[in-house]
Amino acid sequence: MIELDWYLGLSAILFTIGVIGVLTRKNAIVIFMCAELMLNSVNLTLVSFSAQLGDVHGQILVFFSLCVAAAEAAVGLAIIIAIYRNHLSVDVSRIHLLRW
Amino acid sequence: MEIYFFILFATLAVTSAIAMITTKDTVNSALFLVLNLISVAGIFLLLKAQFLAVVQVLVYGGAIMVLFLFVIMLLNLGSEEHLLSRFSVKYVLAFFLGVIVLSQLLYAIASVTGTLPDLSPQMEQVGTVEALGDELFTTYMLPVLVTAILLTAAVVGGILLAQRKFSGK
Repeated sequence: MIELDWYLGLSAILFTIGVIGVLTRKNAIVIFMCAELMLNSVNLTLVSFSAQLGDVHGQILVFFSLCVAAAEAAVGLAIIIAIYRNHLSVDVSRIHLLRW
Repeated sequence: MEIYFFILFATLAVTSAIAMITTKDTVNSALFLVLNLISVAGIFLLLKAQFLAVVQVLVYGGAIMVLFLFVIMLLNLGSEEHLLSRFSVKYVLAFFLGVIVLSQLLYAIASVTGTLPDLSPQMEQVGTVEALGDELFTTYMLPVLVTAILLTAAVVGGILLAQRKFSGK
């Protein structure tokens, strides 16, 4: 009777696309955008559970998740700008200062 | 009707997400992410979470994506003539046409299996700004304040990280 599966399936597909993007792309900004995609798909899961149960707490969690995503985007993009100043590139395969 | 809109938005979201990770140009990728976020906001609207749908468009589709596009333009990662040659009206039209056709096909398939998104009847009251604000400013007062501190710290940290030289030296 309750078709929660469709929303969860869509969320799973979006999350998987985000994972594939993080794994395959080399541009740091695109990797960040894929992380935003994954956060967003988890938000979709929370909202759909909240809607099926008629409970407001899932949506409040989504609200805080949005705030954390905004903070993460601001700090992460500042880090990308700082990396670009030092390396003149945002290609993650070329940034290997802390890597063997 | 509801299931048709669900399938339309879902197809749009999945297609734009795939296009986001397959396109070479960073600016195109960001614009596809905007499309994806707006279609997810439409799904939020189908789930009767009105406030979160509006916040999704304003915060994600507006503020965060403008920040991303600003950084992309600042670092000059996507060349403009490259963008113009790829971003043709014909391709956009073909993309939307493909989305509509695919969603109608999936709608025809789904109507056979008889799937209806079934919501809780209380959701009409739960998804409003009034219910969310009532809960946020009574039970969750402390987390809201902590979030405010977090956002302030993020802004200060972002400015400190992105500026060229620390002026304190």
